[in-house]
Amino acid sequence: MTDVAAPGIFDTSPAAKRRIAKRYRAEVRLRLAGIGAIAFAFCFLVLLITDILTKAWPGFTENELTLEVPVSAETLGLGPNPDQAQIAGADFMAPIRQLLVSYFPGAADDRRSRTRLFQIISRGGADPLRDRIVADPSLIGTTVKVPVYLNDDADYFYKGYVTPIRTTASAGSATPSGTSGTITLTSTAQDFLPVLTGAGALRDATLPLTDKAPSRLVSINGGVLKATEVSADRISGEVLIPLTSTSMAAPGDWKILTLEQPQGDRKMSDREVVWLLALKDKGFVSSGISWRFLSSGDSREAELAGIKGALVGSALTMLITLLLSLPIGVGAAIYLEEFAPKNRFVDVIEVNINNLAAVPSIVFGLLGLAVFLGFFGLPRSAPLVGGLVLALLVLPTIIIASRAALNAVPPSIREAALGVGASHQQAVLHHVLPLAMPGIFTGTIIGMAHALGETAPLLLIGMVAFIVDTPTSATSAATVLPVQVFLWSDLPEIGFRAKTSMAIIVLLVFLFAMNGLAIFLRSRFEKRW
Amino acid sequence: MDMSIAKASVVAAETAPAGPVMKVIAEDVDVFYGDKHALKSVSIGVPERSVTAFIGPSGCGKSTFLRCINRMNDTIAGCRVIGSVTIDGQDIYDPSLDVVELRARVGMVFQKPNPFPKTIFENVAYGPRIHGLARSKVELEEIVMTSLGKAGLLEEVKDRLTEPGTGLSGGQQQRLCIARAIAVSPDVILMDEPCSSLDPIATARIEELIDELRANYTIIIVTHSMQQAARVSQTTAFFHLGILVEQGSTSQIFTNPHDRRTQDYITGRFG
Repeated sequence: MTDVAAPGIFDTSPAAKRRIAKRYRAEVRLRLAGIGAIAFAFCFLVLLITDILTKAWPGFTENELTLEVPVSAETLGLGPNPDQAQIAGADFMAPIRQLLVSYFPGAADDRRSRTRLFQIISRGGADPLRDRIVADPSLIGTTVKVPVYLNDDADYFYKGYVTPIRTTASAGSATPSGTSGTITLTSTAQDFLPVLTGAGALRDATLPLTDKAPSRLVSINGGVLKATEVSADRISGEVLIPLTSTSMAAPGDWKILTLEQPQGDRKMSDREVVWLLALKDKGFVSSGISWRFLSSGDSREAELAGIKGALVGSALTMLITLLLSLPIGVGAAIYLEEFAPKNRFVDVIEVNINNLAAVPSIVFGLLGLAVFLGFFGLPRSAPLVGGLVLALLVLPTIIIASRAALNAVPPSIREAALGVGASHQQAVLHHVLPLAMPGIFTGTIIGMAHALGETAPLLLIGMVAFIVDTPTSATSAATVLPVQVFLWSDLPEIGFRAKTSMAIIVLLVFLFAMNGLAIFLRSRFEKRW
Repeated sequence: MDMSIAKASVVAAETAPAGPVMKVIAEDVDVFYGDKHALKSVSIGVPERSVTAFIGPSGCGKSTFLRCINRMNDTIAGCRVIGSVTIDGQDIYDPSLDVVELRARVGMVFQKPNPFPKTIFENVAYGPRIHGLARSKVELEEIVMTSLGKAGLLEEVKDRLTEPGTGLSGGQQQRLCIARAIAVSPDVILMDEPCSSLDPIATARIEELIDELRANYTIIIVTHSMQQAARVSQTTAFFHLGILVEQGSTSQIFTNPHDRRTQDYITGRFG
């Protein structure tokens, strides 16, 4: 093929064209492979973040009650002139329970339903009340408006995790046959026909409802009835909340509630659902961001559990790790790189430092257990010991990265320093080390990020204990973020599921903050030469 | 000790121009890089307060010999130096001698300018500071200004002493390195092809500077350019394949070399 364009210098034979095309294709393949690899990794990253966020989402907000609680000395179990200690030790749940019973008198009848009613309130739900009264004992004898914390089951009900609830408007007028116990409700229209057709029954049948079917509730005349038998225009069932009267309710004044999740498939019974709906209707329920997560320590109750203890524990442990591993690591790197004699013994040390970087982390935990706890007798579960173990873990990484950074400093800088009459030590400390700082910081970031997420070695030195208090010093008992995640992930309560993911988010934010600080410091040191 | 001084003066009298005092005297110096015999039995006298040029083809050992004089070869693993090198009669390879002090007395300027990645002021102030040459900040500033002045750089940088030294042009950087070397008040300044990475104008300025400096310092310059050696030096030594072939006054070497090899080199037959 002859060419009309392209004078002289380019070879335009078919063989040349094929070569060029082949080269282009190879370049395109390489580029696609690169993009493919990044896309693959990115997909997993997106998947991971989405998973964590969706699991943590329910935990970002929490519901709580705001109740006006009448507080009297008798209810608290106090005498006429109580001192501060007696007030602090009083039973602050009692006034709250009394208030609940006053809202739902039917519940007080048997012990089981009383227990269920009181379970709506968290074990620590009376803490705000306690704090208010202890701060101002003159409030005893008055009515105090105060937040009351909900149990995690109640909280999650309000978030919609227990059962979807469908409200159906009423078409006819309904008349109840009684106000409590087992009653019958008759409607002038065929309001309950959908229930029959939905269950596949005949239009004129009477369908018994079991725990395997969605629960049907009727809210009428200030009370709630749970259906146990359904016909097209009437239901009969058990009154969960007593009605105020048996008068006829016009269409629109009463409604049918369907709890889609059958009672047999959920933990929360219809009674509790009805109580919670009633509390919401009374306007006592409010929702807000769960700041308490950040300000509370760990707890057996899911709704009260917070990350503060683990966060402080992690911060203390990381601080000790950094203070130990950075000077020792950089010092060892400087020595090995600049001052150590070149002989077999030093070679052996170098090889072993590289090997240590690959040792499984749990081995460091065993070492910590045997040496720091066993031989030196340091306190278990303390950030001091955790920091020591993690410093050993991180040391090889820092040494290797620092050596590479020192090696990368151009010899011309060293020569210039020596030429002006600096000793080897002065040349290294004044000139080589500052130039190696960016690389040293990178190695430190990698090491510290690794240490932050380490769980296995810390479990072995006892940081698996259930610690409620925030650690106050390097020798007090503590736990760390990854261990907290591990502990919570094992617990069955629904509240802990979201909190596990929230703790992971806190861990990641901590990590990014640590890295951000290190990157900032590194950029301060970066120089051009 | 007496014998070597006597021998040195005999050597000086035979090879160097009569009269000037020898600052640096080397006798039978051999340098080995591992098994490679890089310098063979070099004996030379370098007169004080003048410029001595080392010339020769690539790989002939002139830079190696230069680095013997401030013991920079010590930093190279596997490098051995045998023989005697004395400065002002003192054996610089004496084990009791502090190498660091030696390098303050014998300054070095390298082929590629290598200012510290610090401010211009810091570059020059570093040496005096670590050697304790200034008792106060004011004295230190004075030393820096004087050195920059002697290096011919002060006018150009006096308004930007806090800028990084690496921001200067090539020629300016090299003059900064010279100022840095001068700041510690050396007796000898070694220059290893200082102009080879500079343009002709910058080169001319540095050559001017060298000419000014020789009034107070003993300067040894290794150069690839014979024209430069002819312009700048009073004594020239020709190295070839690790041997000092010939040394003498610059005019004699270039107009009337004694050795055949020297003649071949300067007429461009090789190298």
